[in-house]
Amino acid sequence: MADLEEGFTLTAVPLGSGPDGPLGVEQSDKTDQFLVTDSGRTVILYKVSDQKPLGSWSVKQGQIITCPAVCNFQTGEYIVVHDNKVLRIWNNEDVNLDKVFKATLSAEVYRIHSIQGTEPLVLFKEGAVRGLEALLAEPQQKIETVISDEEVIKWTKFFMVFRHPVLIFITEKHGNYFAYVQKFNSRILSKYTLLLGQEEKCVIQSFSTSVGQKFISLMSLSSDGCVYETLIPIHPSEPEKNQRLVQSQLLKSVVSGSAQSGAALSILDQDHIAVLGAPRPASKECLSVWNTKFQTLQTSKELPQGTSGQLWYYGENLFMLHGKFLTVIPYKCEVSSLAGALGKLKHSQDPGTHVTPHFVNWETSQGCELGSQNSEQSKRILRRRKIQVSVQPEVPASTQLLATIQKDSEKHIEVELRKFLATKRTPDFHTVIGDVVIGLLGRCKAEPSFYPRNCLIQLVQTHVLSYSLCPGLMEVALEKTDVQILQLCLQQLPDIPESVTCACLKVFLSIGDDTLQDADINMESVSDYMDPVQDGKMEEQTTFLQNGFNPEEDNCDSCAQKLKEKPQATADESTSCPLTPKRAALLNAILRSAYSETFLLPHLKDIPAQHSTLFLQYLYFLYLKCSENATMTLPGTHPPTLNQIMDWICLLLDANFTVVVMIPEAKRLLLSLYKFVKSQISICSELNKIEVSFRELQKLNQEKNNRELYSIEVLELF
Amino acid sequence: MGEFNVHRVRFFNYVPSGIRCVAYNNQSNRLAVSRTDGTVEIYNLSANYFQEKFFPGHESRATEALCWAKGQRLFSAGLNGEIIEYDLQALTIKYAVDAFGGPIWSMATSPNGSQLLVGCEDGSVKLFQITPDKIQFERNFDRQKSRILSLSWHPAGTHVAAGSIDYISVFDSKSGSAIGKMLVDRQYMGVSKRKCIIWGVAFLSDGTVISVDSAGKVQIWDSATGTLVKNHLVSNADVQSIAVSAQEDSFVVGTAEGTVFHFQLVSVTSSSSEKQWVRTKPFQHHTHDVRAVAHSPTALISGGTDTHLVIRPLMEKVEVKNYDAALRKITFPHRRLVSCAKKKQLLLFQFAHHLELWRLGSTVATGKNGDTLPLSKNADHLLHLKTKGPENIICSCISPCGGWIACSTASRFFLYRLNYEHDNISLQRVSKMPVFLRSALQILFSEDSTKLFVASNQGSLRVFRLLEGGFTHLHSFQPQSGTVQSMCLLAVSPDGNWLAASGTSAGVHVYSVKQLKLHCTVPAYNFPVTALAIAPNTNNLVIAHSDQQVFEYSIPDKQYTEWSRTVQKQGFHHLWLQRDTPITHISFHPKRPMHILLHDTYMFCLIDKSLPLPNDKTLLYNPLPPTNESDVIRRRTAHAFKISKKYKPLLFVDLLDEKTLVAVERPLDDIIAQLPPPIKKKKFGT
Repeated sequence: MADLEEGFTLTAVPLGSGPDGPLGVEQSDKTDQFLVTDSGRTVILYKVSDQKPLGSWSVKQGQIITCPAVCNFQTGEYIVVHDNKVLRIWNNEDVNLDKVFKATLSAEVYRIHSIQGTEPLVLFKEGAVRGLEALLAEPQQKIETVISDEEVIKWTKFFMVFRHPVLIFITEKHGNYFAYVQKFNSRILSKYTLLLGQEEKCVIQSFSTSVGQKFISLMSLSSDGCVYETLIPIHPSEPEKNQRLVQSQLLKSVVSGSAQSGAALSILDQDHIAVLGAPRPASKECLSVWNTKFQTLQTSKELPQGTSGQLWYYGENLFMLHGKFLTVIPYKCEVSSLAGALGKLKHSQDPGTHVTPHFVNWETSQGCELGSQNSEQSKRILRRRKIQVSVQPEVPASTQLLATIQKDSEKHIEVELRKFLATKRTPDFHTVIGDVVIGLLGRCKAEPSFYPRNCLIQLVQTHVLSYSLCPGLMEVALEKTDVQILQLCLQQLPDIPESVTCACLKVFLSIGDDTLQDADINMESVSDYMDPVQDGKMEEQTTFLQNGFNPEEDNCDSCAQKLKEKPQATADESTSCPLTPKRAALLNAILRSAYSETFLLPHLKDIPAQHSTLFLQYLYFLYLKCSENATMTLPGTHPPTLNQIMDWICLLLDANFTVVVMIPEAKRLLLSLYKFVKSQISICSELNKIEVSFRELQKLNQEKNNRELYSIEVLELF
Repeated sequence: MGEFNVHRVRFFNYVPSGIRCVAYNNQSNRLAVSRTDGTVEIYNLSANYFQEKFFPGHESRATEALCWAKGQRLFSAGLNGEIIEYDLQALTIKYAVDAFGGPIWSMATSPNGSQLLVGCEDGSVKLFQITPDKIQFERNFDRQKSRILSLSWHPAGTHVAAGSIDYISVFDSKSGSAIGKMLVDRQYMGVSKRKCIIWGVAFLSDGTVISVDSAGKVQIWDSATGTLVKNHLVSNADVQSIAVSAQEDSFVVGTAEGTVFHFQLVSVTSSSSEKQWVRTKPFQHHTHDVRAVAHSPTALISGGTDTHLVIRPLMEKVEVKNYDAALRKITFPHRRLVSCAKKKQLLLFQFAHHLELWRLGSTVATGKNGDTLPLSKNADHLLHLKTKGPENIICSCISPCGGWIACSTASRFFLYRLNYEHDNISLQRVSKMPVFLRSALQILFSEDSTKLFVASNQGSLRVFRLLEGGFTHLHSFQPQSGTVQSMCLLAVSPDGNWLAASGTSAGVHVYSVKQLKLHCTVPAYNFPVTALAIAPNTNNLVIAHSDQQVFEYSIPDKQYTEWSRTVQKQGFHHLWLQRDTPITHISFHPKRPMHILLHDTYMFCLIDKSLPLPNDKTLLYNPLPPTNESDVIRRRTAHAFKISKKYKPLLFVDLLDEKTLVAVERPLDDIIAQLPPPIKKKKFGT
């Protein structure tokens, strides 16, 4: 979607120009730096992102610049023409234009053109063209006349077509327009007569071109307010003959019909053009972006202080005069597609290329771009990113956001944050996010009433945070017993210390059911195996097998007998969850987080006995759920795995065994666990036996194959 | 394609010797490797890691140090106290100079490549000037009290660090005086060891000296103040080698436990400019001592007692997926050690100091694919032929009739006549060797065993006629004037009319044996030739190059054949080009002229030129097609490359007759079993 961003003025002081506006804006050899020539005596070099001039040069009093200064991309020098015939060439170090290289030419110059990749060209008012080198070798050489008398060059452009330079210029004679196309690889000059489609004679106000596969598309903005397109063949069939070209209407009434001075047109990309002018006769002048494919207005920006009818477009910036200031409006058009809108990116992978894993380079800390990428693609992305970094304006959005955090209201911060997150991610995105969180937490500490819950949730969901980036976040959430943020943090942050995990566990176990009822908790980890409404009694389970091992068989001690006496109760206990689903979801987040046993154990000892029993009961319930199916997994998205469950059971028992043993209500639980472990051990030992026998068999087989030093075998080649 | 009876031979008891030194040359991108038996091999890293040259070993010449000097000159020094320069063109030893300091333990060329420094047993450090054709002793540095085990020049050439026992000395290279001494802690995990041997030192341009020692430490010193800056304990055993990258931003050390550690100069924090050496990556590609390491711009190279040369690319330096991005483990030489007398079913195995002759067994049974047939007669070990003298055998060959065996060392050429009477063999050495026939780089018999072709140093090719009990010199093809290019590979046409020879870098020359003159030269190709053969009847020369390209060149027409052009036009299958061992032998089906047999270490391939070539979409390594599929499908999926990976690692494959193949395998386990036991490491649960 095409978008015009907030513009900014380039010159703090108004240009010393009249109503005509500047003579020209041209690119220099460095990105982001532009040469602005005013219609008087001055050339100024601006750095656009800094919005400041880097250098300024003036010709002597009495002289006047007649042609905008350009940069010679091959040498880095600047070229300007004053008094129609005097050529000046200088570079950044020169101060006085009077003292720099000077060449007086024999004919009047219309424009100097310079683009990347070829030498600058000088277009004379009579239509002749010379390369700069050739001209400087002999400045006084005779310049021929190409166009007829009274024919005046109106507009000109120089560009590359398939690496060959092509110059196009439009002349006017008595209301008729002619296009000349000069190709330098073949030195052919083709002349075309432009046939205007409409009856009444219109003055064409502005031109712009773009290069296609076979045609140069010349767009013109006519004084009737319409945009016309003319296709000029790149490879004309009969180059010598004067050919006629018909214009076709592309857009109707983009500017008001009454001829105004200030109307200009610039092609932005394949489908978009920018038009400068007043849309209605009475209205203020506007900069508007039109989509030519769908003939729709994409965006527009009012310029209340008037403009001069000049528009330049370089890189991603539109330059125009606004009032008395040269204004830059960045233009951006992101490619949109249906797939993109639906969140699915196209993955086109060539069969020949191979996915190579991304390797962490120790020498260049290049952000945390993990995941596998096509190697070639990643290189390209890297390059693009470099360019982005260099183009980035000096005041990044993040510092603005940080400033906002310090003073603005919670609502406003939220809006700003959403804006910030919507922009493109820079390589240091994660550190910026970390800074933002720390900024928010800092304010939380200073103002107890300030708690930007939604902002924090948004930030955690960016997936780039880690505990070490924002150490205070979970402390604050614990303080406020904000279980939702805690759950999110446990799910998203990779490096939570065990003490904090344990503190979360305590909060989750101790928090009241009524408070939980109101909390907005992600339930996806429990939704599939727990009814939200607990009716307590689920269908009774018949004898279930633990890993295929029937506990009935093993004759346990008297306690087991006791258990058997109340089969109904056992079944109840095994199938109904001892917790509310919300609490279970929170505990699942704990189960799924990373930890190291040695650091977790001391903290687990602090959990009150009642709570640890409750947690054990829940874990046991999960285990039973697991063993219900063959794959030993829990249903649902992101459920805890069997290993995680078992590890936590062991950890809890290790930490609290002496306490749990003393609690009467835990007795039954412990007994069932004991029985379960016993059955596991016997299964494992059986499996071990089988494994060893298999390995022996394999070894025997291998020996038979490999120990033979010589054999004759039959091999069939297909 | 048909069924073959495959003689699967595993009794070639070949054990490569351990790697002692590696030296990397950045300019030519070549790697010199010396082994414990004194062999020196040159690998061309640009040509798909092909071992393009080798110098045979010598029992008394244990190399301890190897280095390159200016102008691609290669020097080695060893425990016999001699410094040796190698002639890389003629593949001989240019000269040996005694340093008169007892056994030499270390050697280093100055950064400009014009001076050579050796560290000797008696504690002396001797400076030699490298002159265009020799080296000349210049000066002794201050004598140290014990042997000098490692040396390193400051990149500016002003100072030298020398590792000895228990301390490191710093010398001024101009005056030769010792200006600093850094004592190394003998303590090892709190226990005082007897001695601490400095196995390696590296001098960096900022004055830092890195040392590795027998106590398992990697230490970083400031040579100006003589203070220890940082100590990394990396191993419980010795750290034996160190190599620094040219940019001095990373280095690599090798330990006796077989681990290679990569150290990198990393910023302390992402923003600060302060940098620190950090141990970043451990690699365990070796089972035994890593005696030598090298650091190329894109890879870590290591070698040791377990005989593998391992090239581990640094993935962050590699941009495109190509040969350089894959881990390489080079175990076997890229030349043929086995020759075969097809008619008599004899195999001749070449070892460092002896030859073994075996006769293959036989069977009367038949079977289907995958069967192992019962043997009616087992393989016989016929002969064990030991050469006299300390020199290693360079090459050997048995004649196709089995009646002749020839082999050569660096200074002697041996030719034997074999007579078979039932089960008895008599061996008779042919005496009266001509004086000019002293050593050979490659030996070949003609198909009818009447001619002997010998490629000698200095590029000459000699032709001999073999008679009962003797031989006469027929002709000698001299190299073109001005070139001293040793011929390493020979091939003769079955009709005996053509002889093809290829050198280390120049193209392949084809000589007419009848007219005794050069017939033509195959257009030069960028990559070295790894194998050559001339097809029967058609006299097409098949050439395999180290970049896995195979060409077929018609000798009578003096141009590439139509098939070769088609292959080049279509290109080889990408999996074919990604193989990492060179083709070392090519032979032909005796009855079917369209079939070419070639093999590398991990597969052998029968190319049927009449079938369509595989493109990148087809399966190159055809598994067995399901038998229930119709003939049509089978024919449609069939392509020219019939590949079998059943036998590996392969040292030799040949067609004995149209239905019989012989494949000589050398399982890695058998090699490991013959190596000394590695340092025992405690493994969890054992």
